[in-house]
Formats: sequence, structure tokens, C-alpha cells
Amino acid sequence: MSTASTGLGFLVKQAGVHTLLQDLGRFGRYSLGLTNGGPLDKTAFYWANRLVDNTANSCALEISIGGLSLIAQMDMVIAITGAPMPVTINGVEQALWCSIQLYAGDEIRLGYSTAGLRSYLAVKGGFQTAKVFASRATVCREGLGGISGGPVKNNDVLPCLSSVTEHHVSLASQYRPTYSNEVTLRTIPGYQQKHFSAFSQRMFYSSEFCVSQHSDRMGYRLEGKAINADIDGIISEGICHGAVQIPSDGQPIVLLNDRQTIGGYPKIGSVISLDTGKLAQLSPGAKVHFEPISMEAAHNLIHLHAAKLKATQLAFIN
Amino acid sequence: MLFEQVNISIAGEDALIVYFADSVSGLAFEKIQWATDRIRENMADTLVDLIPSYTSILVVFDIFVTDHHSVRKQLRSLLQHSENYTPIQAKVIELPVYYGLEAGPDLQRIADKSALTIEEVIKVHQAQEYMVFAIGFAPGFAYLGEVDKSIAMPRLSTPRLSVPKGAVAIADRQTAIYPSVSPGGWNIIGLCPIDMFDSSAEPCMPVKVGDKVKFTAISRNEYLALGGKLAQYEEGE
Repeated sequence: MSTASTGLGFLVKQAGVHTLLQDLGRFGRYSLGLTNGGPLDKTAFYWANRLVDNTANSCALEISIGGLSLIAQMDMVIAITGAPMPVTINGVEQALWCSIQLYAGDEIRLGYSTAGLRSYLAVKGGFQTAKVFASRATVCREGLGGISGGPVKNNDVLPCLSSVTEHHVSLASQYRPTYSNEVTLRTIPGYQQKHFSAFSQRMFYSSEFCVSQHSDRMGYRLEGKAINADIDGIISEGICHGAVQIPSDGQPIVLLNDRQTIGGYPKIGSVISLDTGKLAQLSPGAKVHFEPISMEAAHNLIHLHAAKLKATQLAFIN
Repeated sequence: MLFEQVNISIAGEDALIVYFADSVSGLAFEKIQWATDRIRENMADTLVDLIPSYTSILVVFDIFVTDHHSVRKQLRSLLQHSENYTPIQAKVIELPVYYGLEAGPDLQRIADKSALTIEEVIKVHQAQEYMVFAIGFAPGFAYLGEVDKSIAMPRLSTPRLSVPKGAVAIADRQTAIYPSVSPGGWNIIGLCPIDMFDSSAEPCMPVKVGDKVKFTAISRNEYLALGGKLAQYEEGE
């Protein structure tokens, strides 16, 4: 179940606001009540690993808001993607979305995000923490994954492998996502839609919602005009990623990676995975709209996105 | 045919939900157990995971391997061949409980509401076997049902900030054991010394969906001898 650590890696000098070790997540354990975990912004996570030539499921850091400072205990190749945060190595400013060589003793510092909320730091070979139920993903509520079931702490050592590269790569700027303060979430209707009147559905798809400050990895709570269902609750049932729950106060909650596996609120639809990543990059107060999309159109978009990611070539920078 | 009322609905880009009934019943639940096993056996190559619950199964599939049309067709065909349906013999798991006011701060309120004595409430709770209807909310949290109407209790209007590990509790006609310390609004009647979730154990839970649970009263000393701890209760504001 566990993987031996090398004992060396990054020494955490300053843990940052909320920094978590994540691989793609924990799957196949819903029957125990275990949720997925995994990166909230899968696209930025993908690029961080790809830039250091890792497999897709390698364990990387998800850095929310920023404030992280690490000391490399050996030579390592890293990449940082996602929400822009000012990054320095030994005080010298660095670019994001490219591979970076670190040498033993280097100090890397991340400031605070200027747009978006979460960035990803991958190291070549991936972080070598112990697996719990076949995954390294941290789910704080369950106390599983990471170093000790919670966020990265000061003085932790994040174990990884030593690596050196002579061929640095970057992702050209036209392929990089941009982070804004307003997103449209494409939503597949169908999930207990019958419990929402035509009027409520129209209101849901035409209103503007604000991200509440009570938003986290479990779900994003939104505030806006109340959307009413004709029932208060349903018999508890399984909940999938992106499901939009409407509790009796009419304020939607979009469920994300750390959602509870079963629940009893009615759901109006389900946000597609390409857009939950954008939602998770929003801070409280940001604006959200919903737009209906058919299952077929959603599948087309998701397959196209995956094909584009695969086909995109990295640029050599030396 | 047993499964003619099955309703399959879109839940998300990679999920369908199969409804077996509109209300909770032993028969619907047995069908769900049977179907869960069939789906697991026959669709392993396309499934990501399954979540069986009271009246439904959420089926999560890999959209890079299949699509919702094919999964729906597969599910229909699997469920149509229900002539092989045989009710599953549930395993009965006995769990010890230290009942009493020290361990169960809500016993008095349940007794007052039901016009029973505390001893009678405890007796009613032990009188039957409970079905494990669902697991969720937290790792190892098993929803057991259904308790006798006489001891059913609504959730607390203000949930406790902290419920101890092992707390045996009632909400409406459900009963459960808190697998770890957490906030909670269920009515606590006792403490169970058995670990309901241990990530390092194999299996990591003593029960699974479809099993039955029987509670047996133990004394304070037996509870402590089995590794149980006594906890302070932190009330909500």
C-alpha cells in the first residue's frame, strides 16, 4: 500500500495558504464512502506534469492563493502552471508554463495569485508520498493522502526524485488558459429536472450568480435569485462530479472533487468537467452563469479537448 | 418481470442513475444489491465506480471507453435478464453498544417523546436487525434502517459541533455509528467500541451495503475493555 520515500525532496519553509499534494484522484472506493480528491483544475495539472515529462497521474502540488516557499534538497526539474503567481528562485523572477532546473539548496518562492486561484507545481518523477487506497490524493475531510492526511505544513519534507534536464520546454502562450472573473458553466440538464418548473429552469439559465465565500474543494456555493424545486429533498442517492444541488434556500451548490458520495438535495443538472476547472479558479464574488448543453455536445467538447491536449507540441527553449 | 419499473436517467457527462423504486422498501433494496453485483461483474471494463443507495444506483463510466447510449443499452439488457434474480442472503454483523445516559445524551429526550422508559428505548433499538442501506457522508458511515416508529426522532435543530467516534445515533427512522469525530445532528443513544473505518485494515469496514446489523448492549466495563473511550459532548450554539 505504501511507497518507500527517498527521504529527500523539498523542505517546506512556508506552507502557503492551502497547499495540497494531489494525483488524479481516488477511484473505485465510493462503496466505502470515499470521495475522489484530485486536482480541481485538471487542465493546468495536466500541463504541469507534461512539462516535466511525467505520466498523467503523477502527484503534484495544488497551490491555492499562494504564499509557498520551498527549498530543494537535490537537483530537480519542475514546472509551474495555472493561476499566475509571481515566482522567484533565489530571488530571481521565473516564467510559468515551462520546465525549470533547480539545484540543491535553491529556494523557490511563490507570491500570491494575481488572477485565478490555483496553480500546480510538478516535479519530474512526481512526489513520492505513500499511496492510500491506490492514490496519493489528499482529502482533508477524510484525513487521507498527502503527508499526513492534510495540507502541506511548515518543515514537511515532500519526497521526490533527483533529476536533471538539458532540454527545457515551454507551452506556447496561445495554448495557455486565461483566468477571468466571470465564467459560463455548461450544464447537462436531466438530473431530476422534473422537480423544477419551466420558470425555475429558465431563471436558472438566465440569472447571474456570485461565488460565495463558503466555497471549497467539496463544492462551490453560489448566491443569486432563489431557484425553487417542488420538493425539499429526495431519498439520498449517489452524487457525481459537477452535480448542481439546489437546497431549500434556492442557492445552487456545484459539487467538486471532495464532494460527499451520497446526498439528498434535488439536482437541476451537472456542470461538465471542462468548466468545473474554470469554476474552481474563481474567488468569492466572481460571477457565474449557467448554459444548458446536450450530453452529445458535451462529449464532443471533452473528446476534442483531450485530442487537442495530446496533439499540442511543447516548444524547446534552449 | 422484476425490473420493469426501472428508470434510467442522465446524471452527468459520465454518469447515469438507475432508479428501482420511488420509495424505500426491502424488496427494492434487494434488487439493487443484485443489480449492483451484476453491473460490477459485467461492465468492469467501462465502469469507473458505482454508488448503490436506498432506491438507486449511480453508474459512473469512462467516457473515453464508452458513452451513455451504450451504457444505457447494456444496463437495460442486464436488468432484463432478471429471471436469474435470487435474493442475496444477508450477512448479520453483531455490534456491541454501551447504552446509557453517560454514553447517550439524547436518550432522555427520546424516552420523553416516545413515552417509554430509557430501558425500553434501549430494548427497542436492539430488538431488530437493521439493513445497511447505504454508505456515504463520511468514510465508513453506514445508514442503517429502519428503526421502530416508536423511537424515531427528528435531527437536532442545532447540530453538535463535535460528535465522538463510535457514537450510535438515530435520525428519523435511520440509525448509524459515527466512524470518526465529526459535527452531527443525529440523536446519540450510546457508544460502539468497534472501528467502523480503518484505512489500514482489510477489509477497512466491518459492514458493507446489503449486510444486516444487530446491536447488543454491553456494560461500561466491557466497552472500556474493548478499547472504547468516553467522550465529552460539545453542544451546538
